Amino acid sequence: MSLRSYVIARVLLTIPMLLLLLTLVFLITRVLPGDPVLLHFEKQAKPEAVEEFRQRLGLDKSLPEQYVDYLTGVLRGDLGKSMQDFSPVAQQIFSAFPATLELAIFGMIIAVVLGIFLGVRSSRSYNTGEDHVIRTFGIATYAIPVFFLGMVLQLVFSIQLHWFPSGGRIYPGSEPLGLNLGGFHLATGLYTVDSLLEGNLSKFVQALRYLFLPSFALGLVLCGIFIRLTRTSMLETLRLDFVTAARARGLKERTVVYTYALRNAFLPILTMMGLQFAALLAGAILTETTFSWPGLGRYLVDRIAFRDYTAIQGAVVFFGLLVALVSLMVDVLYAYLDPRIRL
Amino acid sequence: MQTERGRIIVQLIPQFVRLSKRGMAGWTVLIGSVIVVAVVGMTLLAPWIAPHNPIAINVGPIMAAPSSEFPLGTNHLGQDMLSRVIWGGSMVLQVALISVAMCVAVGVPIGLLASYAGGNTDKGTSLVMDSIYAFPGLVLAIAIAAMLGRGVLNMSLAIAVVYVPSYYRIVRSQVLTIKELSYVEAARALGAKSRSIILRYVMPNVVPSVVSVATINFADAILTAAGLTFVGLGLSVAVPDWGWDLTYGRQLLPAGAWWVIAFPGLMIVLLALGFTLIGEGLSELWSPRLEQ
Repeated sequence: MSLRSYVIARVLLTIPMLLLLLTLVFLITRVLPGDPVLLHFEKQAKPEAVEEFRQRLGLDKSLPEQYVDYLTGVLRGDLGKSMQDFSPVAQQIFSAFPATLELAIFGMIIAVVLGIFLGVRSSRSYNTGEDHVIRTFGIATYAIPVFFLGMVLQLVFSIQLHWFPSGGRIYPGSEPLGLNLGGFHLATGLYTVDSLLEGNLSKFVQALRYLFLPSFALGLVLCGIFIRLTRTSMLETLRLDFVTAARARGLKERTVVYTYALRNAFLPILTMMGLQFAALLAGAILTETTFSWPGLGRYLVDRIAFRDYTAIQGAVVFFGLLVALVSLMVDVLYAYLDPRIRL
Repeated sequence: MQTERGRIIVQLIPQFVRLSKRGMAGWTVLIGSVIVVAVVGMTLLAPWIAPHNPIAINVGPIMAAPSSEFPLGTNHLGQDMLSRVIWGGSMVLQVALISVAMCVAVGVPIGLLASYAGGNTDKGTSLVMDSIYAFPGLVLAIAIAAMLGRGVLNMSLAIAVVYVPSYYRIVRSQVLTIKELSYVEAARALGAKSRSIILRYVMPNVVPSVVSVATINFADAILTAAGLTFVGLGLSVAVPDWGWDLTYGRQLLPAGAWWVIAFPGLMIVLLALGFTLIGEGLSELWSPRLEQ
């Protein structure tokens, strides 16, 4: 199968999955017992007010009509109106997304780098004390709630030692502007990137300082799976003939391990990065709440507090679409890198 | 009845001692079990061992650091943290137990039947399960819990929906292998009904993987329950709960009251770690491939 037909087949397979996912969210928010509008008012509003509210949100129509409206809305990029102020949910989500993306990217980088480093060390000291310690550490990371770890880091590194800020994304008022060339304006919403585009190094350092603790908490919690994966993969690879041959040729051990053997572990790690994306988003929700990080997770949690059910639904749909998109991208990338997948 | 239970416990002890002779994996299971039994035991004995009423306010001074009188300190309401830590596992353990039971009761039968039937039934079920599996678990649980409202059963249900696909997938992958094996084929040739083939030949082979998934699932359920509480979808504030203590403790952090979050947080880590260790150890013991 050519790469093109693989991509087409994979995209076609995603469509029924997305439809199911959207239906699932619809069933949860509209069909499960619990009327979102009544829940929103906590049963303390006049019936006329409730009826008007329903009409404004399009919740007075029959369920099949609502379902069609909802699906066509998602296709147009419309995720409904907020119960709080009737503004479009999609717009609010798009403005919160870059913060989550930045946190997720840095969290993932820390998880992968830490995971590979410890995994390689563990495989090289197979069955020794160091190996056991690293493996136990890897297992322990599964058991730590990311928000607890976040609070411990806050307590130690910002409240006690004052090394890093305890929350927020940047010092209020110093948000980077991005690139401004005459009439041309480019801003990604990622503060580390925008500060560099602006050419303001002190803002870049500041953005990194704000980013460090939340992404470290997230990365530490997710690194366990990468430790295990790298360790298993390295244990298999280090026994292969080409590694022995490389050693026999007198190459440095570091070169043998990191350039020769680790290359074989690259594809499984890439797949795992895609698979862990959902866990990364879940972790981001809790991390953002801990560090008052103004991203999607914090948006979702705020909406829960306001009982804004249309916004909750919109955010959940967005998370689902995002995960589907990432897994599609990873599969395509994998097929591109490893032609055997396409067979 | 009492003596019967005693006899079973006495029989179990040598089993556990034997575990210590099975290398690292055996030790992992053993240490995990000790942790879980200790935490569960503490929670069950809470009414007798907790020094104070966990929800009574102004038992001691407000936000007092750990001392001989209040070994784990007090919180912003003057509640005794030691008593709250001792009591705090009851809800999370109930939620985890109910959700794991729901998952097993739904995921295993669906996995057995759909994959044994094969064809379109299998394809359709797999598609539904894969869609749920691909969804970020916590987000799905948040959506369900937000719609269902507070309550032990509702929270358990929200968590169970997220983890059913894990059981489905593990059962399915096993059944697909087992149903091609010659002894199953022989049973079929002898005229055994599908029902008895599934129950007598396939099911026993699936049990070990289900048990190890279930123990890992216990840990996940505990962490998800704490996460739901942390985002504001927890159970009643009137019940002492580690998750609630962490949620409220966040606001007390700037004052440096580390003890309000440290002990409840460590209990969640300990309990989740106990279950994770058991699950990891069991799956390693039962699949010798990894030991080589």
